[in-house]
Amino acid sequence: MTVMQHVWIVLGVLFVLLNIAAGLIWLERRMLALWQDRLGPNRAGPFGLFIVLADTLKLFFKEDWIPPFADKKIFVIAPAIVVASVLMTFVIIPFAPHIVVADLNVGILFFLAMSSLGVYSIVLGGWASNNKYSLLGALRGASQMISYEVFMGLSLMGVVMLTGSFNLGDIVAAQHKVWYVFTQPLGFVIFLIAGIAETHRLPFDIPEAESELVAGFHAEYSGMKFGMFFIGEYLGVTMISAMTVVLFFGGWSGPFLPPLLWFTIKTFAFIMLFILLRASLPRPRYDQLMEYGWKVLLPLVLINLMATGAIALWLRGSH
Amino acid sequence: MHDADNILQHLQQRFAADPITEQQTVDEILTLWVPGERIVPMLQYLKSSISQPYAMLYDLCGVDERNRTKKSGIPAADFTVVYTLYSFARNSFLRLKVALKGEFPNINSSHQVYANANWYEREVYDMFGIVFNGHPHLQRILMPLTWSGHPLRKEHPARATEMGPFKLWEEKEVREQDALEFKPEEWGMRRQTDDADFMFLNIGPQHPGTHGVLRIILQLDGEDIVDAVPEIGFHHRGAEKMGERQSWHTYIPYTDRVDYLGGVMNNLAYLLSVEELAGIKITERAKVIRVMLCEFFRISSHLVWFGTFAQDVGQLSPVFYMFTDREKIFDIIEAVCGGRMHPNWFRIGGVAQDLPKGWDKLVREFVDYFPGKLKEYHNMVIRNSLFKARTKGIGIYSLDEAIEWGITGAGLRACGLEWDFRKKRPYSGYEMFDFDIPTAQNGDCFDRAVVRVEEMRQSLRIIEQCLKNMPSGEYKSDHPLTTPPIKKHTMQDIETLITHFLNVSWGPVIPAGEAMSCIEATKGANSYYMISDGNTSPYRARIRTPSFPHMQMVPFISKGYTVADLLSILGSVDYVLADIDR
Repeated sequence: MTVMQHVWIVLGVLFVLLNIAAGLIWLERRMLALWQDRLGPNRAGPFGLFIVLADTLKLFFKEDWIPPFADKKIFVIAPAIVVASVLMTFVIIPFAPHIVVADLNVGILFFLAMSSLGVYSIVLGGWASNNKYSLLGALRGASQMISYEVFMGLSLMGVVMLTGSFNLGDIVAAQHKVWYVFTQPLGFVIFLIAGIAETHRLPFDIPEAESELVAGFHAEYSGMKFGMFFIGEYLGVTMISAMTVVLFFGGWSGPFLPPLLWFTIKTFAFIMLFILLRASLPRPRYDQLMEYGWKVLLPLVLINLMATGAIALWLRGSH
Repeated sequence: MHDADNILQHLQQRFAADPITEQQTVDEILTLWVPGERIVPMLQYLKSSISQPYAMLYDLCGVDERNRTKKSGIPAADFTVVYTLYSFARNSFLRLKVALKGEFPNINSSHQVYANANWYEREVYDMFGIVFNGHPHLQRILMPLTWSGHPLRKEHPARATEMGPFKLWEEKEVREQDALEFKPEEWGMRRQTDDADFMFLNIGPQHPGTHGVLRIILQLDGEDIVDAVPEIGFHHRGAEKMGERQSWHTYIPYTDRVDYLGGVMNNLAYLLSVEELAGIKITERAKVIRVMLCEFFRISSHLVWFGTFAQDVGQLSPVFYMFTDREKIFDIIEAVCGGRMHPNWFRIGGVAQDLPKGWDKLVREFVDYFPGKLKEYHNMVIRNSLFKARTKGIGIYSLDEAIEWGITGAGLRACGLEWDFRKKRPYSGYEMFDFDIPTAQNGDCFDRAVVRVEEMRQSLRIIEQCLKNMPSGEYKSDHPLTTPPIKKHTMQDIETLITHFLNVSWGPVIPAGEAMSCIEATKGANSYYMISDGNTSPYRARIRTPSFPHMQMVPFISKGYTVADLLSILGSVDYVLADIDR
């Protein structure tokens, strides 16, 4: 590939992602409305699509305000971290054959590293806001992170074992015959749970918990800085959906349709699942999530790992 | 009555040296005037030493007696403190009155006998300036701390126009702001212990989880609640004071707004006591119409609670489905009354109009439609395991604690006591209906929810019976004191015309006397204790609302839980701020 091709891929991915993140505002509001017997935004433009424009404009034109009691530098950096870390993750995702920004050999490890960085934005944002609700949100964010990070990484090791590589391109190729969702069902379920916790979406929106902490870690944010958290959240949803597709649902592979389309269809199916979850489930308490993570999911994921290892060895031995 | 005499004899034997006078009241509740210095031992005696004790302090209020003209049979007093006790074993009320003399009299505090006396005494102090000796924290509760004067005293103005224009100059603003600052030391709280620094978190008055303008200050160790102080009064609109300058008839719309989810059920509580004072008998048709509308409002109020409770624990969708169903109820209410949330539709002596043509079709449709929905909601919320995890074992209180704190309604039934005033002290013809009292055993948030959901089914049963057996006849009784006065009695001669004119313009004169109603409202027992001095407006209108004691108990049941649990607890208590503050 030429340098120009690389540049075009990077720009293309960035352009599409930011548009998807903005478009998800509309999609989520419409879908939530559909599931909640409401209409949702349907006034501006066809199907209310221009609400995206209106929302973005509003965020841009709001006063860029930093509370006088906040820790200014960190307050500004925090929302940037979330967007940057999520965008970085997209670097390794193979959208279609040859459409990948960086085909890293340590793809999964890179993904895990970036997803851990994301929580800094919550902790720092909550701390720098110098507000008690934000602080509680930050504390909850930190405690949530240590409850899902461990089993998130371990849940993917089964996939790595079966493929024998951390490279996402290899993982997609290895699912040519059978998707990993069939050979690693437990790994899939646990990864999805960890993914929801990672994106801080209902039922695991514990750090912002609207009915308890008002808005939690981003209570003091407004304007485009709040918009960054917002975009970060939607990018996170897209990222976890894309990762699930790559790791468990054969990535871009599929019959008849072009690979890129397959990838998009699968990813959007998971985005819809995220929205549906938000429409249906209540939120556990943060200590309940921790307990569940350490006492239930961690043992399960270890069992999954051992079983996968044993079967892999047995299969190799029988050849 | 045998039972009541018995109590009087017991008291006279035990407190032989003290004068105890009986007062006859219209509502036939045993009313005794007792000396102020003996009130605490007497309450103690009635609560714990007699068989079938008066376990609950149902209400505690004050009366400014200085302007009262019809005082025959009443000891001379400037102020009266009225203790209303309730015995579940006897199923009877007992009213103790203490006559106080002087501008700002004092009396011993009874908070050590009944835990819920604490807030009631603060309210009496706030409203009348009566001082309760030995009270742990005698501070204003409904009015701002900076307020001067005590609103329910007769000399206190009742209208804004009597008080001069309102101005908020800067010093005043600063003073008001300073008064709102929470000082933990005032409440006997420490800022730190040897191994923990406490955080004081201010929740409300603007907070999505408080369901209104309620402020709760939490003393937190991490996210664990060490102590909590609710601050109420932001929704106080002086409903009791307004009663004293409205006519008996024009006060009805104000009652709609006390428990603003209960609609006409508030009218009923008020009118039952007025009709008792006036001696009006209600026609069968009016009774059944009233019952039907009250039960519709019970379902509607429970639907709001159900949806918002689910939302409090993070479930976003149910509230939309439930509000849609609430709209269906409001459609029926609107077809019958013309109004929706505050129909203001009951009248002294009956209801405002007869049921419209085709009402039965509307009600029938709802009765057929709703059970399926209830089942769906039960599966969606109550059976959800995350919902169970957030509500089971949270905010527990025992039956004894519930009675001690004056809890009524679903919160009491969730502790295992099968007690519903509709069944135990039937009013407005509830004895004619066939329904069950749902109960639960554990007294936690989950059980309170289960009880309320089942109550909606029972209300639906009652509505169905109303539908099948709606009696024919008049929708308002033929009595000279009913409002608006009945037209057919006028236009005979000048006398009837004058009577009609006066009853319309000034409103009816309700005979002097005292009466208290007691209904099972949406949130618990609601009472209007009306005192008439034989005038066109009440002399004193006391509203005993269920939410007030329920809110008082919140710190007690939320200690040791987390901030997230507090929201479950608040949701499960089901209060309305207007019902607390009046």
